[in-house]
Amino acid sequence: MSAIIEADGLTREFRIRDGKRRRVLTAVDGLTVSIQPAEAVGYIGANGAGKSTTIKMLTGILVPTAGRVLTCGLRPVQDRRRLARQVGVVFGQRSQLWWDLPVRESFRILAAIHALTTAEENDRTAELVEQLELGGFLSVPVRQLSLGQRMRAEVAAALLHSPRLVILDEPTIGLDVLSKQRLREFLVGERRMHGTTLLLTTHDMGDVERLCDRILVIDHGRLAYDGDLPGLSRTVGAERVLVVDLAEPTPDLTGLDGARHLSSEGGGLRQRLAFDAEQTTAAKVLAAVSDKAEVLDLTVEEPDIEDVVRRLYAAGR
Amino acid sequence: MASMATAGKPAVKTAGLRDRLRPYRAVLASRARSQRAYRTSFALDLGSSMLVGVVELAEVWVIFSNVSALGGMRFNQILLVFGLADLAFSLADLSFGHLDTLPDYLRAGTLDAFYLRPQPILLQLITSDVSLRRLARAAVGAAALGVGVATSGVAWDPRTAALLALGLVSGYATFAGLFVWAAGLQFFLVDGAEMTNSFVYGGRYAATQPASVWSRPLKLVFGFFFPMAFTAYLPAVTMLGLPGPQWLPAWLGWCAPAAAVWSWAMGLLCWRWGVRHYQGGGG
Repeated sequence: MSAIIEADGLTREFRIRDGKRRRVLTAVDGLTVSIQPAEAVGYIGANGAGKSTTIKMLTGILVPTAGRVLTCGLRPVQDRRRLARQVGVVFGQRSQLWWDLPVRESFRILAAIHALTTAEENDRTAELVEQLELGGFLSVPVRQLSLGQRMRAEVAAALLHSPRLVILDEPTIGLDVLSKQRLREFLVGERRMHGTTLLLTTHDMGDVERLCDRILVIDHGRLAYDGDLPGLSRTVGAERVLVVDLAEPTPDLTGLDGARHLSSEGGGLRQRLAFDAEQTTAAKVLAAVSDKAEVLDLTVEEPDIEDVVRRLYAAGR
Repeated sequence: MASMATAGKPAVKTAGLRDRLRPYRAVLASRARSQRAYRTSFALDLGSSMLVGVVELAEVWVIFSNVSALGGMRFNQILLVFGLADLAFSLADLSFGHLDTLPDYLRAGTLDAFYLRPQPILLQLITSDVSLRRLARAAVGAAALGVGVATSGVAWDPRTAALLALGLVSGYATFAGLFVWAAGLQFFLVDGAEMTNSFVYGGRYAATQPASVWSRPLKLVFGFFFPMAFTAYLPAVTMLGLPGPQWLPAWLGWCAPAAAVWSWAMGLLCWRWGVRHYQGGGG
């Protein structure tokens, strides 16, 4: 089967004015990647790494400076209108719904925009309303929805025309745990039922773990990693960090079994200890700390994406 | 367009056209519905809009309470110019005026949404809204035009009717092209609305005046580059059989469609240029 996204040397430069000087910023730099139908790909990278720019080139919003790209076998800029029928895009921070219209009315307009027949429109709307639990607020104007409700409505709006490829830009940003969970479950189900290809950018490791079977890491516009999550963890070492608040100032807790001292604050009142989740557990590290000092409070930090990307970059040098 | 030319039977053609118009109809119908939903507020909108039109008309009347003729035209003849220009502009404003919301879309990054729909972006933007209150302005223009035609002493014959129709349609198209022109420039300008309003609304104001009173630079700018003289003044001069001022002979009234073509050519050029230049809405 032919690829649903085929990028070859895709590059985008921006001319920006920096004070009086003009300079060229390369947002995406020679991206070559191929994504097959029904894959679920997490596209991660730090802020400004080039994720949104890539998405805009894939969907025909931005003209590439160099390189070629085919999305659903079409040239995004030249065939933008035909491509729009096959792609659905969700921007987490920018609404595509009509602010002052009820959700139901927005769906009706979108059905007309995508030339759905009445039967298609009714079936698909009913399906999405049920799975995304939109029934309670279909007649509420979009501006009055909570963030979680609005995101579900946005996702439904982008998927109304049953696109083959769904691109989600930070879909879970700002959502509470339950809303995130629901949205992820929906996307997993949609992919299983319809064979939809998913490409999502996110800062949330949870999204990647639960939704994606392939990860692309972009850094300074270049592809820094292409593979699965366990592979990424092996490459960068998925260390977690245990932060302990101690009863009294304590010398740095070095030499603990399975944990590495990172830093101390307040003369040793708060200390940060890194450990590998595959070698030991937070409980074991905590027990080791408790032998040496009285622990008042603790938190465990998950490896965040920025951190993973930073390590990946450091490892590549 | 290509598919129109190759389409088979006429029945197929109309069905295709109807399907093609469905997205625009759906948006416009819902915009119109929401504006009429609150009757009092809609009535107030209409009222205030009409008041603005009446005030602008009164301005012309005030000038004429001090002079008997301006630029070789009497008050009734000016009414003809004012009415033609105002009606054409109001109708263009009604259907194309909200193109001036483009800077908001550009700033908020919401223009991207239009790229993700399978219709031409300019057409989507034009049909993204309709300001029904602008109908009130059109009514003021129509009334002025009616009085102007009836009292300015034009001969009521086919020639006049043809010029009137030609002037109105061309004027509408010229102003519509001007809105597209201004929108295309928004892609390049930061806070560009300030600059483009000067020639869109300045152009409207210029169009309601006799071009004979303009200074030379003004004649160049609003006579030819932004062809405002062609929307009302020149057709009126031709209708009335008056001699045209320097650089603007009376027969130019028949060339109003050329002004519309020029306005659209510049508009579409700027638009195309702008869309290619678009850098995407932030983050």
